[in-house]
Amino acid sequence: MLAVLRCVIRRDLLLAARRRSDVLTVLLFFVIVVSLFPLGAGPEPALLRTIAPGVIWVAALLASMLALNRLFAQDHADGTLEQMLLSATPLGLIVAAKVLAHWLVSGLPLVLMAPVLALQFDLPLPYFGVLVLSLALGTPVLSLIGAIGAALTLGVRGGGALLALLVLPLYVPVLIIGAGAVEAMASGLGAQAYLLLLAAFLVVAAAFAPWVAAVALRISVE
Amino acid sequence: MNWGGWSDFFAMGGYAFYVWGSYAVTFGLLVMEIVLLLRRRRKARAQLVLSRGRRNP
Amino acid sequence: MKGNINWFKYSSPQTFYPLAGTLAPWFGALAAVFGAAGLYIGFFVAPTDYQQGEAYRIIFIHVPAAWMSMFLYLVMAFWAGAGLMFNTRLSGMMASALAPTGALFTFIALWTGSLWGKPMWGTYWVWDARLTSELILLFLYFGFMALQAAIDDARRADRAGAVLALVGVVNVPVIYFSVQWWNTLHQGASVSLTKAPTMAATMFAGMIVMAFGFWFYSIAVTLLRVRCIVLERERNSEWVTEYARDFR
Repeated sequence: MLAVLRCVIRRDLLLAARRRSDVLTVLLFFVIVVSLFPLGAGPEPALLRTIAPGVIWVAALLASMLALNRLFAQDHADGTLEQMLLSATPLGLIVAAKVLAHWLVSGLPLVLMAPVLALQFDLPLPYFGVLVLSLALGTPVLSLIGAIGAALTLGVRGGGALLALLVLPLYVPVLIIGAGAVEAMASGLGAQAYLLLLAAFLVVAAAFAPWVAAVALRISVE
Repeated sequence: MNWGGWSDFFAMGGYAFYVWGSYAVTFGLLVMEIVLLLRRRRKARAQLVLSRGRRNP
Repeated sequence: MKGNINWFKYSSPQTFYPLAGTLAPWFGALAAVFGAAGLYIGFFVAPTDYQQGEAYRIIFIHVPAAWMSMFLYLVMAFWAGAGLMFNTRLSGMMASALAPTGALFTFIALWTGSLWGKPMWGTYWVWDARLTSELILLFLYFGFMALQAAIDDARRADRAGAVLALVGVVNVPVIYFSVQWWNTLHQGASVSLTKAPTMAATMFAGMIVMAFGFWFYSIAVTLLRVRCIVLERERNSEWVTEYARDFR
């Protein structure tokens, strides 16, 4: 079974490597969206420092959502998804493997890029650790929840906008806690509770979301 | 009885905008829901008449 | 055994359709009676509030509507889940029929809450836990309806919607308990299942009567809507074509 999962991850990473533009587009989207806020809200440093965690989090959330349609659509188009449904390996595990590969390609770059963007907002250095950690814990949750949405909307017209409408309400708690972690640190309360809560989200999402997404995939494909 | 007269009732102690704004919108939305539902019902029945016509020309 | 009740007699669209048609007007009448009674209590029996003046009378819509918004979502998720598990068509139809009414009451709760908040707290909106999660509830309803509208195959639409509704169920306890977990702006619960209410008896009575009015209204409207859905989906079946023979 592990061999199958390793194979799935390797395959998804290989496919992503062959279409590097897909991956880079998402990262560029993240950068551009973050850059829009100083342009729109004014470049005053105090304001930017305040909104930095929220802006970076929202942009990461939107970028992560944009990447979701790559998760199942290509496999659905070339028939691989049906083979996965028929496989002896539990579909939930296959989905988990795919989400992991997806996060490595679409989520992790965002986490690594965040400190650079935080510099743009003049976020004080001590907060970088909490910001990166909150994103590192939160973006996998976003990918896992997003997998459910992607599975439900597979092949449905309305595409990305419909996926956004479905998935964003479910993203909101993660956003509030994730961005709140840095705010909490800034206000002296300490980010520990928030980060622990994010870790809890991650554990629960990792346990349930792949299985729910598998159910949704069967509904969408059969 | 709470009110000295109709003008007191409509004024709602100065909060007329908020109270009547709430009640009026609520009532309006519920009426709208019923109207839309009746339209949906009419359309569904009309569809059935149409398909019956197509079956028995 | 003779006299065994067939609980599943009404679980097919064909048998449920006439039942719903018979029941709906009665629930409509009940809704009108309770609504009138609730409004009477709310405006002519309940006294003026000491702190909030007459503005508090919005409570007779706001709280029952909020209760309905959460309750209808749970009922919708229940029927959607039942349809998913037992593969029954009518359960899915019920879930789809409940969604628009649930969304409507969520909007009413948000709207009346906003108009109550302005004189009370000085602002039309605040991002505290309860308001935010009620707003998310509205988006969950919209997402459910949008997903079902986008999928052409009725069976797939029902089942996909069910998954979505069940995932969103987590939000309802968050709304309900949010005022306990986070000490923010929205006031705490004055009504509890176990303790006596901390408000005047007449105010409480008005709220409960209006809540029943909204509940009966929801039942009536949902029964009517599920009839429409049955006619739309089962239009090719024999009993519907037979039934439609008398339509003009």
